[in-house]
Amino acid sequence: MELYALLKLIWAALLCILFIGLGLMVGMDMGVGTLLRFVGRNDGERRTALNIIGPHWDGNQVWFILGGGAIFAAFPTLYATSFSVFYVVMILLLFSMILRPVAFEYRSKADSTLWRASWDWVFLISGFLPMFIYGAAFGNILEGVGYHFGWNGQYYQDSSFLSYLLNPFVILCGLMSVSLSVYQGGVMLMMRSENPIYSRARTYAQRGGLLAIVLFAIGGLFISRMKGFVLTAPVDPAMPANPLHGQHVAQLAGGWLHNYAAHPFLWLLPVLGFASMTLSVLAVRAQKAILAWWSGLGCWIGTIGTVAAAMFPFLMPSTTAPDQSLSIWNSTASAYGLTCMLVVALIFVPIILCYTSWCYYVMRGKVRTADIIHDSHSY
Amino acid sequence: MDLINPTVVDLSRFQFALTALYHFMFVPLTLGLTFMLAAMETVYVVTGRKIYKEMAQFWGKLFGINFAIGVATGITMEFEFGTNWSMYSRFFGDMFGTPLAIEGLMAFFMESTFVGLMFFGWDRLSKQAHLAVTYLVALGSNLSALWILIANASMNVPEGAHFDPDTMRMQFDSFVHVVFNPDAQSKFVHTSVAGYVSAALFVMGISAFYILRGQHKQFAARSFRMAALFGIISTVAVITLGDVLGRMDYEKQPTKIAAIEGLWHTSKPPYEPWILAALPDDAKQENHFEIGVPFVLTPLITHDFNTPITGLHELEDAAGPRIQSGIEAVSALRRYGETHQQADLDVFQAHEADMGFGFLATRHAPGQDVTTLSAEALPQVIEATKPDILPNVFVTFWAFRLMVFLALYFFALFAISSYVSLKNRLERNRLLLRLCLWSIPLPILATEFGWITAEAGRQPWTVFNRLPTFLSASTHSVSYMLFSLAGFAVLYSIFIAAELYLMFKFARLGPEAHDTPQTAPDHLHLGGAASTPAAAH
Ligand code: HDD
Ligand code: HEM
Ligand code: HEM
Repeated sequence: MELYALLKLIWAALLCILFIGLGLMVGMDMGVGTLLRFVGRNDGERRTALNIIGPHWDGNQVWFILGGGAIFAAFPTLYATSFSVFYVVMILLLFSMILRPVAFEYRSKADSTLWRASWDWVFLISGFLPMFIYGAAFGNILEGVGYHFGWNGQYYQDSSFLSYLLNPFVILCGLMSVSLSVYQGGVMLMMRSENPIYSRARTYAQRGGLLAIVLFAIGGLFISRMKGFVLTAPVDPAMPANPLHGQHVAQLAGGWLHNYAAHPFLWLLPVLGFASMTLSVLAVRAQKAILAWWSGLGCWIGTIGTVAAAMFPFLMPSTTAPDQSLSIWNSTASAYGLTCMLVVALIFVPIILCYTSWCYYVMRGKVRTADIIHDSHSY
Repeated sequence: MDLINPTVVDLSRFQFALTALYHFMFVPLTLGLTFMLAAMETVYVVTGRKIYKEMAQFWGKLFGINFAIGVATGITMEFEFGTNWSMYSRFFGDMFGTPLAIEGLMAFFMESTFVGLMFFGWDRLSKQAHLAVTYLVALGSNLSALWILIANASMNVPEGAHFDPDTMRMQFDSFVHVVFNPDAQSKFVHTSVAGYVSAALFVMGISAFYILRGQHKQFAARSFRMAALFGIISTVAVITLGDVLGRMDYEKQPTKIAAIEGLWHTSKPPYEPWILAALPDDAKQENHFEIGVPFVLTPLITHDFNTPITGLHELEDAAGPRIQSGIEAVSALRRYGETHQQADLDVFQAHEADMGFGFLATRHAPGQDVTTLSAEALPQVIEATKPDILPNVFVTFWAFRLMVFLALYFFALFAISSYVSLKNRLERNRLLLRLCLWSIPLPILATEFGWITAEAGRQPWTVFNRLPTFLSASTHSVSYMLFSLAGFAVLYSIFIAAELYLMFKFARLGPEAHDTPQTAPDHLHLGGAASTPAAAH
């Protein structure tokens, strides 16, 4: 295989890993945000919940920022097109995202009840909405998106944002991601809190896990019947990264199952998804919070892996100009750029994993409401 | 083909300028305060004197209030290239995305992970480990500035990349060129040191406030002195690097430097004055009045006495042939994209260097299409395009002047403050203290003027001489843009209101009070109509 094609594949794999990391880590914090008003009935309890993720949310959020940065660097055409095509949705995502850092830092810095209660609502919105949109975006790209390119590479949008939001499958995907995030948030709270937060968190984690199983099953049915996209002629994986030429694509009912038919071992991915979700629910019931946390990782690998396996090599297919569909072959950066980024990632990702783990290690242990309310360094 | 809607382009520019300038109100303090915190904590660890720990914790709290909005508004920036500058991102993303992603991997992760430990780890880490964490936060924020400025410099001086007709975009081909771009390096030092100036004046101003009120005397006097010394060094560095940047513009961006100096006609060394004040008129292309200092301009910019600096009129005239050649380039590029004939590629390559000027003519061509331009229409399109190569002179000229005048003011203020505080005469100089207090926002203002100089002076390009701004924008409808603008206006107003409220609150409370628990009493049930107990403070 040519080096350039290999680099494209590696970056597609890294993108999947990044999406999984994002779902897991950011999803966890957002789950805590979504649950905040439900697991904490008074100010002390809410502050306890916030301080459980307090030292970590900013670091975790970088997964999200890096998600944007890595798409920009490794798939510039995808970044340029997807962020613009989903403009209104992206802006909503952005608005809800940017409220969160301020909410963390400001909520407990003034004493007024109204002030704190308002920020608690902000946590709900900025936890629920981004995760909903995150899942919904996967739904949208599975269904295909309306856009085409002009001769100089400028994109043109062919459908309204309403069709990207008000659509049953997309809503299902959004809720799926919210339920996994609520699950993960609940489990994190279980790991580091005591009753009554612990038992409430446990209830919500269990519900999140169960809902995820149901939605994943229904989603699978949708996908198997949906009009998926398939290549009608072989492409040169090492082609110049330009969506204007070199691809012939058709939209067919059941198209998303072609990869599964060709490579049956891919079925392991949805199986992993179901198995992890079942394990998750059982682990929460058995009060094995640490097992439940890691099992959450399996859920994300299973779900995102399932979608990736169905869509390969497409990233964002176009319904109005299928031949111009963005795939991992035609929307990456140059070979040089991908190489540079790969070297940098190989150096820094291990370092990041080390210091992130150290940070969790330093802040380990239960967070107690009694300590929090006397601690001036906490949120 | 859809036409470019100038209203959408203007709204995109307005939104970008608004959000970038807003982000940059908070960034300088982060850049500088982290290092000041590290310095205070170092003194604490070395000498073991608790007052320095208190200083670090108190200023750390104010830092946190500021940091949150820096993060929030930074996320906007990260999105905005994709949401609003689609063509730019596709055209230049191969180049621009790399430093941005490295920024995430190298800087944001470090800064954001350790900032949690910095706030929460006081009781869990040894003194030395906590100090190391504080330094890592400072290093992280400054590294983030480094990478974003490398990215920004690559738009101003696009070296280390070439245009590839097969992918229709600039392709990255030299990491070393991009990272060691001298423009990037000097921009980085100038900008981060500008942040140190902002932080120094912030600490100095609030300390002056305590001295004026006779509170926290020892604490305030120490903070003041540390800040004044930090400030004088930083101001000297800012001015030195500003001079380097001006020279860089002179070499690489002649339209920018001519606009900065309000120079309509090529200079006549050595007499040519440096204009202190003037009223540049972009429509008439002249200055209405000028007050200048003779013999200063040439040595200031070229560092010698006899090199002329090309004026705006001359630059405009020189652009004519480049526009014509650029139109050839763009037409050949389009033909090549459709047919892949070697002959078209050859024509394109012969005119490649002027491609950007061909794109620039798009706006004036019938149907916004230069590739089908008739021979008769050509001269007219060229004439119409020529003035477009100039940035807005009034804005660039004055933004630069205000930055420079402020720099001179800071120099004087820090010099006098250092002297007075070293002589221990602060309490008697109430006027000076008041001046320090009221000057807190000025470095931020200078920074904003600096950015306006740099960015407005780069116009009409997003990628200098390669891609015009009006082509870079996404093809949205006006209603989309109004929606996002309205949202930003509302959210950002809430942010600034909340930030100022908390800043004033905690600055007023002062260092001792910051240890009071920040809880509402535990029996307080949120959401209910419980009465708010009076603040415990
Ligand atoms: C406290 C803030 C501050 C102060 C006192 C100064 N600057 Fe500045 N300046 C900035 C803050 C700044 C900045 C915001 O950081 C900029 C915007 C872009 C950049 O790289 O730095 C900048 C940009 C900038 C540029 C444009 C660079 C470009 O084209 O990209 C020039 C030529 C100068 N500066 C020159 C000066 C000179 C000659 C100064 C003093 C005599 C000076 N600056 C003081
Ligand atoms: C990597 C960093 C940056 C990049 C890539 C960048 C890019 C851009 C782009 C694409 C535009 C649109 C062109 C236009 O509006 O005319 C622009 C304009 C502008 N940017 Fe930047 N910018 C960066 C940093 C900043 C920062 C940090 C600030 C300010 C604090 C800033 C201030 C402005 C302003 C004021 C304009 C409007 C200029 C005008 O319209 O005349 N930029 N910049
Ligand atoms: C215009 C392009 C820019 C983009 C895309 C951008 C992106 C971001 C992002 C995503 C964050 C949040 C990081 C976190 O979670 O900690 C951030 C914060 C920050 N950015 Fe920017 N930024 C831009 C302009 C700049 C420039 C030109 C500088 C430096 C001189 C800068 C310096 C910083 C710093 C120091 C922070 C730390 C947080 C704070 O401000 O308090 N940014 N930026």
